[in-house]
Amino acid sequence: MTGILILLALTVVISVMLYNSRSATPEQEKLVDTVDALLPQTQCGKCGYPGCKPYAEAIVSNRADINQCPPGGRNTIRQLANLLGREIKDLNPAHGKAGPKMIAFIDEDICIGCVKCIQACPVDAIVGAPKQMHTVITQACTGCELCVAPCPVDCISMLVFVQGGRRVKLDPVMRTSP
Amino acid sequence: MTRELHPFPGGLQIPPHKELSNAKKSLITPLPDSIILPLQQHIGTPAVPLVKSGDKVLKGQLIARANGYVSVPLHASTSGKIIDIGNYTVPDPLGLKAPCIVIEPDGDDVWFEIKPTHDYTSIEPQALQDVIREAGIAGLGGAGFPAHVKLREGTESAVDTLIINAVECEPFISCDDRLIREKPGYVINGARMIRHAIQAKHCVIALEADMPEAYAALKELIDDDIELIQLPAKYPQGGERQLILALTGKEVPSGGLPIHMGIVMHNAATAAAAFRAVTRGEPLISRYITVSGEVNDPRNLQVLLGTPVKHCADQCGYEEKEGQVIILGGPMMGMFVNNMHMPVIKTTNCVLVTSTYNQSPEMPCIRCGQCVDVCPAELLPQQLYWHAHAKNYDRLRKYHLFDCIECGCCSYVCPSNIQLVQYYRKAKRQITQDERTRLSADHARERFMSRNQRLAREEQSHHNDLLAESDIDEKDKQAFIQAAVERTRTKRAQLSNHENANDDEK
Repeated sequence: MTGILILLALTVVISVMLYNSRSATPEQEKLVDTVDALLPQTQCGKCGYPGCKPYAEAIVSNRADINQCPPGGRNTIRQLANLLGREIKDLNPAHGKAGPKMIAFIDEDICIGCVKCIQACPVDAIVGAPKQMHTVITQACTGCELCVAPCPVDCISMLVFVQGGRRVKLDPVMRTSP
Repeated sequence: MTRELHPFPGGLQIPPHKELSNAKKSLITPLPDSIILPLQQHIGTPAVPLVKSGDKVLKGQLIARANGYVSVPLHASTSGKIIDIGNYTVPDPLGLKAPCIVIEPDGDDVWFEIKPTHDYTSIEPQALQDVIREAGIAGLGGAGFPAHVKLREGTESAVDTLIINAVECEPFISCDDRLIREKPGYVINGARMIRHAIQAKHCVIALEADMPEAYAALKELIDDDIELIQLPAKYPQGGERQLILALTGKEVPSGGLPIHMGIVMHNAATAAAAFRAVTRGEPLISRYITVSGEVNDPRNLQVLLGTPVKHCADQCGYEEKEGQVIILGGPMMGMFVNNMHMPVIKTTNCVLVTSTYNQSPEMPCIRCGQCVDVCPAELLPQQLYWHAHAKNYDRLRKYHLFDCIECGCCSYVCPSNIQLVQYYRKAKRQITQDERTRLSADHARERFMSRNQRLAREEQSHHNDLLAESDIDEKDKQAFIQAAVERTRTKRAQLSNHENANDDEK
């Protein structure tokens, strides 16, 4: 009889544990949203996860460290450390280097209209159609660089986004090669 | 009717130093070698160039159009050739470069065709606003808010009082004083015209008590329709909120606008420029500026917009000396600049050369509370300082950082030489930038999520299509696969037979 009871109890405990591991608790979900709000939403995937939300989930479930976001840089690491009560550490160089915010720029004379960049853009910031010229919506571009590699004719370059005072402008002089 | 005046809280009595420049007649500045016109000389979006390098333009010709509602167009200040459209140093607290159109004057100064309207009352108020907008009028007081936006707000709600601000409360600056003394008709008629444009019930021209000549010049020309009010000289009496409080006894609420209280305020020079634009058809291409401080001949100048600051200073006998600094604007609110290459723009009112500025090191705050006494916005400068220092932006908002008008009274009285207002400016800039970053991040998140949803939807419908197909042709499909298998089998058998035959031959 006791054997049966013990087995029953074990079954209950294990099923609860399984249930918990399957879906996050509401508190955890809330924490994921808070962490996600601190991330820059570049959606570049440099952290090793397909987007900022998945990275936030990984941080909350202790699968990822807080120093894997190059676009967020030191500022994001500091904010995450404050939120989660962890030590501030340097950006993990394996994921890239922090730098100024960039914007993709399509050289419209070279573009052949292959739509590969459009498929790569995580935020639908490139408009165009097959065999038609494509262009980047500057306001929507997060500078994730995901469109640069797929371009077969190398017509996409990243420009530094200059934001100072009340002026927001692109400085073509500071163009970097893709 | 006499108006009861209400002194604003705080404020300072500062030596005015206006006598340096306000007695001399203004000088029309000779043409410089180049005219540099920034596309943004106002609050809002920069203008969009309509000309290209190499084009010939005439004085007053439209060279850049307004981009959007809160924006004003730009006109050529003189006739000549466009030699470049590119980035040049502009008056900017961070010393940034910004896109400019550069004109090489041909020396003829030939006007473009202009369409004067002699009787402004014949124009509908709405149309009058468009004329003022087309003339590129932005507030000449210092902030550079597009004039037509204030006018439009004025027509959309009932306006009780139009206030023409001729209170030049910053030390050293006397350009409005000189303008009123030399062209009182423009100011008075400009006030009447704006009043017509916004259909205001009352019109007040306010100036400081230490401008008796300007007062006399205006007094001669006004009728009962305009009230002329002299206010005791106290800094910052010319601040929008402070002046409204002084004249009406009403306080503009935090985050509110004067228009919500039925008040519209324009600078005296803006009114004059608007009148000139309508009745003479001349767009805003020149303004009065004061060159004062440590120059041989401090005075006021009538300057074409785009004239390099150095050229203006040279007219007043400027000699470069060790230890001098150059301030654009007044000593309280102006910005320090490193060189004089930038042009005079619509909001430049003064070029001040001085070597007596506060260079003493900052000492710790001793909590004396003098800054609290002088703050005209009734804020707590000490608290703001602590929180700005600690980058505690939430607390700064709670302490109403954004109600700070950056008048600089707190920095002026601080016995520890703390440049309080610089901390506030920096914090404001940072908060605005963080806000902008946050908004664009939210935007990106939304776009990312909707893209993922769209991809999932597409995937699902593709999957559904496949399922549907397989349902319909289940039997056919089986037969098709069977046939293919059979085909391959026979082919293979044939091949192996063939190979065997080949082997046999060998």
